[in-house]
Amino acid sequence: MVIVAGKGGVGKTVVSASLARAAARTGLSTLVIEVEGKSGLSTLFGQPPFDYDEVVLSPGGGPGGAADVRARTLTPDDALIEYLEDHGMSRISRRLAASSAVDMVATAAPGIKDILILGKAKQLERSFQNDLIVLDAPAAGHAISFLRSARGLVDAVRVGPINAQARDVLDMLTDPARCQVLLVTLPEETPVNELVETAYSLEDEVGVSLGPVVVNGVYPPIEGLEHDPDDAAADAGAFLHPGESHALRAAARFRLDRMELQREQLERLGGRLPLPQLRLPYLFSADLGPEHVDELATQLLDGITSLAELAGGAA
Amino acid sequence: MTERSTTDPHQAALTLRDLVVHGDVIVCTGSGGVGKTTTAAVIALEGAKLGRKTCVVTIDPAKRLADALGLAGLTNEPSRIEGPWPGELSALMLDTKTTFDDLVVKHAEDPDQAGRILENRFYRNISSALSGTQEYMAMEKLYELHEESDFDLVVVDTPPTRNALDFLEAPRRLTRFLDHRLYRIVTAPTRGILRAANVAAQSILRTVSKVVGAEVVEDAVAFFQAFDGMEQGFKDRAKHVIDLLTHERTAFVLVTAPRHDVVSEATFFAARLHDADIPVRALIVNRMHPHFSDASPTATRERAHSYAGTDLGGLYDNLADFLLVASREEDHLRGLAERLAPAPVVRVPYLRSDVHDLDGLYEIAHHLFDA
Repeated sequence: MVIVAGKGGVGKTVVSASLARAAARTGLSTLVIEVEGKSGLSTLFGQPPFDYDEVVLSPGGGPGGAADVRARTLTPDDALIEYLEDHGMSRISRRLAASSAVDMVATAAPGIKDILILGKAKQLERSFQNDLIVLDAPAAGHAISFLRSARGLVDAVRVGPINAQARDVLDMLTDPARCQVLLVTLPEETPVNELVETAYSLEDEVGVSLGPVVVNGVYPPIEGLEHDPDDAAADAGAFLHPGESHALRAAARFRLDRMELQREQLERLGGRLPLPQLRLPYLFSADLGPEHVDELATQLLDGITSLAELAGGAA
Repeated sequence: MTERSTTDPHQAALTLRDLVVHGDVIVCTGSGGVGKTTTAAVIALEGAKLGRKTCVVTIDPAKRLADALGLAGLTNEPSRIEGPWPGELSALMLDTKTTFDDLVVKHAEDPDQAGRILENRFYRNISSALSGTQEYMAMEKLYELHEESDFDLVVVDTPPTRNALDFLEAPRRLTRFLDHRLYRIVTAPTRGILRAANVAAQSILRTVSKVVGAEVVEDAVAFFQAFDGMEQGFKDRAKHVIDLLTHERTAFVLVTAPRHDVVSEATFFAARLHDADIPVRALIVNRMHPHFSDASPTATRERAHSYAGTDLGGLYDNLADFLLVASREEDHLRGLAERLAPAPVVRVPYLRSDVHDLDGLYEIAHHLFDA
């Protein structure tokens, strides 16, 4: 299982989608789990919205011989009902859910909603029906408390099924062979700072194993930006419209500036967090769809390949 | 709501500065990561610059406002920030638990009751675990500052909650929790309610005990019993908070970024506020890409293709990239801006670096108020 975490607005869902697509392309049948409704994952695959029931986002087969990407949403309420039904308490489960007693239970034992979701995710992982599960974790600071819920509950609830559930989840989270956390960020100051903080608290407080950091939105380089537009036009034998030279120059300056800022932040991230980085390009077309997910999946696969080569070379 | 006239400072078609000059409360709302905290700080700073006694409440756990103001260690009480402005500027960082504790002490019949509640484990979990508590306490703090101190203007940042409904419903949520059937039932023994109700309650409680352990349920029951008698005070207070939020001298400002997904979320917020009869008084769009020229992105891309492989081709490609982004951003914003009309749309460009000092706040203030 790969848990994709990062603060809001860094493109966590796009990364989850691309990762799932990349895995499917290498033949791994992949399930994406959403825990907060309405993330736009279905749109990224050009599909209608989905719910608690599993749907296929992109079917396998085709010339590449890819595997399926499937998806479902997990909510604490649904997970609780299912849990109670599985444990012979189906008579009371609906009534409990309908009376919104989940709120009271969740307050009585903080983290219980998270553990219900993680417990269900763990059950899916143990069912071995998927080669890979990608869990799109809650945004912002919630990611830490979400993943910390297992350890908290093991201490808070000493006996009973919740304790057992929390122990099982903790076993999964802390076993690097079963679970890795992929942190996503942008090459900007605040997101980098928050990512570094999150990385250390996840390692220290939860004991999860961290995969490479995905840095989203890195400007791809373009040739020619250092050159003066008038000179470049002369070289190319072109005539510029009035005002064009100015616009070309300003836009080039802007990109070079931002690339420089990004480079500084990437370096700072590398300095503060000794984890390999996978970089994904900034996509200028604002409405992301299946073709962009595919493009990013390619970039991820390339990145993973070169990381593997790097690791191979170092060994 | 009272009747509106052209001199009513609460008519929607006001500038952001009008809101700062005439409003009592400004609530900055929007999804996470769009710069709400910084925006709230800039608005508060503008209040101080305009001579008002201003306080900004931040809820952001990342302590970014403290960074932006160059102040470490903000507490749950307003602390004064000195600076070259005619008014006053204070800031505080919401501490959900302390705010809740204060509220319990305020409403308790005697120190014993307060003590029993504050020590209860279930109660101690509420501030971190009951969803909506942080939002509720933010609004409670806002109310407290507005009613019980002499600030002219209180600016409040909101938690990056998933939806505006959580935030608007926060005060109602806890009182509903206290109205809950289970609460009624577990406190019933002291009130002599019918035995049948108790049987039903016992069955639910037994199930809950099986899942989370009897200890946890005992804590909850003890909390509800200790809380008995205080709920009316809490409910009345929550009603006052709602009244303040919907008061016409309270202005909601929606903060967003121009990205498609963020604008969708902002649109959702706007709809929820509309449903609650709360007008959005201004839309602030942070991190807008510059608009380098009026040329069409497609034509520019074609030029890039005709000069592919040359420096000029690269320059055109780059310009086409940014023209495309800028036009898409405007496309995304159009629907939302129309929906919120006549509320002004204020655009703040992408800045060179993150804000961590007053100069940075001044720069944003320039874009918010002078453009």
